[in-house]
Amino acid sequence: MLLQMNKITKSYGALKANSEVDFSLRKGEIHALVGENGAGKTTLMRILYGMETPTSGSIVVNGKQVAFHSPSDAINSKIGMVHQHFMLFPTFTISENIVIGREPAKTARFDRKQAALITEQLGTSYGMPVDPWKKVEDCSLGLQQRVEILKVLHQGAEIIILDEPTAVLTPLEVKELLIAIKRLAAQGKSFILISHKLQEIMDVADRITVLRDGKLSGMVNAADTSIEELSRMMVGRELLDLHKEAPARGEKVLEAVQLTIKGEHGKPKLDQVSLSVHAGEIVGIAGISGNGQSELLQAISGLAPVDSGKALLRGRDVTGKSVRSIREQGLAHIPEDRYQWGVAKDATVLENGLMGHARRYQRGGVLRGAAIRQLVSGWVEHFGIKTGSIHTKAQYLSGGNLQKLIVARELAQETPFLIAAEPTRGVDIGAMEIIHGELLKRRADGGAILLVSSELTEILKLSDRVLVMNEGRIVGELPGLTATEEEISLLMAGG
Amino acid sequence: MDQLFDVSLFASTLRMITPILLAALGGALCARVGLFNVGLEGLILIGAFSAIVGNHLTGSVWLAVLFAIVCVLVFSLLLAYMAIHLKANVIVVGISLNFLALGLTTFSLRAIFNVKGAYYDKSMVGLPKWDIPLIKDIPWVGDVVSGHSPLVYLSIALVACLQYYLFKTVSGFRLLAAGQNPVAARSLGIKVTHIQYGAVLMCGVLCGLAGAQLSLGQVTMFTEGMTAGRGFIALVATMLGQSNPLGVAGASLLFGFMDALSTRLQGYALPVHFTMMLPYVVTIIAMFFFKDKSYLAEARKANESSR
Repeated sequence: MLLQMNKITKSYGALKANSEVDFSLRKGEIHALVGENGAGKTTLMRILYGMETPTSGSIVVNGKQVAFHSPSDAINSKIGMVHQHFMLFPTFTISENIVIGREPAKTARFDRKQAALITEQLGTSYGMPVDPWKKVEDCSLGLQQRVEILKVLHQGAEIIILDEPTAVLTPLEVKELLIAIKRLAAQGKSFILISHKLQEIMDVADRITVLRDGKLSGMVNAADTSIEELSRMMVGRELLDLHKEAPARGEKVLEAVQLTIKGEHGKPKLDQVSLSVHAGEIVGIAGISGNGQSELLQAISGLAPVDSGKALLRGRDVTGKSVRSIREQGLAHIPEDRYQWGVAKDATVLENGLMGHARRYQRGGVLRGAAIRQLVSGWVEHFGIKTGSIHTKAQYLSGGNLQKLIVARELAQETPFLIAAEPTRGVDIGAMEIIHGELLKRRADGGAILLVSSELTEILKLSDRVLVMNEGRIVGELPGLTATEEEISLLMAGG
Repeated sequence: MDQLFDVSLFASTLRMITPILLAALGGALCARVGLFNVGLEGLILIGAFSAIVGNHLTGSVWLAVLFAIVCVLVFSLLLAYMAIHLKANVIVVGISLNFLALGLTTFSLRAIFNVKGAYYDKSMVGLPKWDIPLIKDIPWVGDVVSGHSPLVYLSIALVACLQYYLFKTVSGFRLLAAGQNPVAARSLGIKVTHIQYGAVLMCGVLCGLAGAQLSLGQVTMFTEGMTAGRGFIALVATMLGQSNPLGVAGASLLFGFMDALSTRLQGYALPVHFTMMLPYVVTIIAMFFFKDKSYLAEARKANESSR
């Protein structure tokens, strides 16, 4: 056994993030670690990578007991980690990013040519070629991830921890990454893979360890299990089969007419997009991210100026109106980037929940504290938001719990029209189930929903109609009931 | 016009830029590790005062320079401890350091020398003037370049040294890394805190030299608040030069020239207060030209997320 973690416990005061967790890794193995948000996956890996010290328990690497006090200790024991948020230096070149920490040098001089050479060799030998002189800020996320993996390999890692490596990648990049992982494992490297995407894990992992509430829920061979069984182990109960009623399509709520936003170099970011969303209907927009989906949402919600075309909400022209007046006309918005648009990190859960509701919960300019606390506490309970209290700062909530808060807040606006952009990005399956259920309930109640997602399964599961965007245009419409992933992928690629 | 732009104008430009350049290089180092040091003004002032005190106590001009460096190091250590260790807002710490320096030097002037406003002693020796062999014999160039204090030449040499250090050495590379993304640097085992301390202390050394040049190089005296905003101009030079030593040198040259010019224009029947405005007007105009400050913003962002 290459790595053995025995009875790892980590407590923060009364809270036990990990409780007597066992974990092991063989040479050349891909071992997946799954669990809901806050189940303790990341804590366990931070302990292994020396970023946290365990309260009790032992770690054995290659038969030797070790105690890590910093990431450098872990790196010296040939353990490397690719973090969920990349640890790269944007203005440095790829080769600088890879060799940093162990730079080739002539006396004190940093030998950048040698670094480029090392990078090239590294890339070829592991089948992940990169351009050593390219700046990281000019690289796609997929390429940045490749740089991260090469960096870890350059540090001599034999055990590589990947924390949600596919969360930000396009489907094609995910496929490439999984192939690369398998090839490296065949070359004798061992992987620990943290992911929410059970299908990917089933495709690539040898063994799977499931955590729930900081405890070991089970360890299974991928060959002997199914997605259903894994879900059960993660959530601790059967997942409800979401019931989707036949659509009861009502009147037109939102209509976009030839919306256009000009881009640089004469190529429009949004090119004459027309669409409509009716009451009691979910319209899904699929597409590789960066093909105009964000611009479309910003144009509709008033966050970005439109160059031509117009948007009608409940029959009224809202083009160029302020965000506030559009929202008053009946729009709620679950934004795609929760940290940029969704929450204020330094504000409390309560304050974040109040955003957009403040005017209804006041009397003569003074906020009605009790009513507001009741409102937000209600959401916390209903959506199972894991937070210390409603006075905890938003930045201490995990991504999934924050997302639930935003969804709760926007649903509570009870507007006829809702934009849901990546409503379940980085969210575990338990929370995903709740959010999907709420969206379908809103649809059944006659709400009109515009859904944008890079997850095709989500699009197919929820949408009545699927629109596919490519390079700022809508390139196809498919009925949600009969559309297949293949059809959509083909349109997404522009084919 | 010929009389206005003569040799001595350029020679005094070179002398004028030295305090600004030295401090701006220190500011650039701090900016590169993600700390925006607004305390330059105060640090120079302490340097200028302690250089005079050192001179008074020891009678040796070199020991005086050394004394100035040590005194400023103590204060930059205070700044580093507050900003890095205690994670106080570096702008606030810098501003309070400026006021502390102003009050402390004024108070000490009275306590030590028993004078008000300014201290001057004929027996005090200023920094020597170095004549550079060969170059001093070249007409015009010799008059401009030769015959300055050693600190003037040191500052020019430091520009090249820092440029090489930051962009060619491993250690400089890590310093840049620590400033750009401290969290990532830390995850690689780079000791970010050490690097930040090092940068702030080096900035202290540079500010000490800047102060010594001010009180021992140009004149041999100390007056209350004699930095007269040079620290802030250095700060602007740091930003305008995008924290690149060469860029900083270029920006300092511009400000030094305006400084020299404003002194010169006083001889032309222009109101003194008008000509004294000149360097600052140029500073404001210069602010319009510095656009790309993105790496600073990034450093700040990364700093916040690490808290």
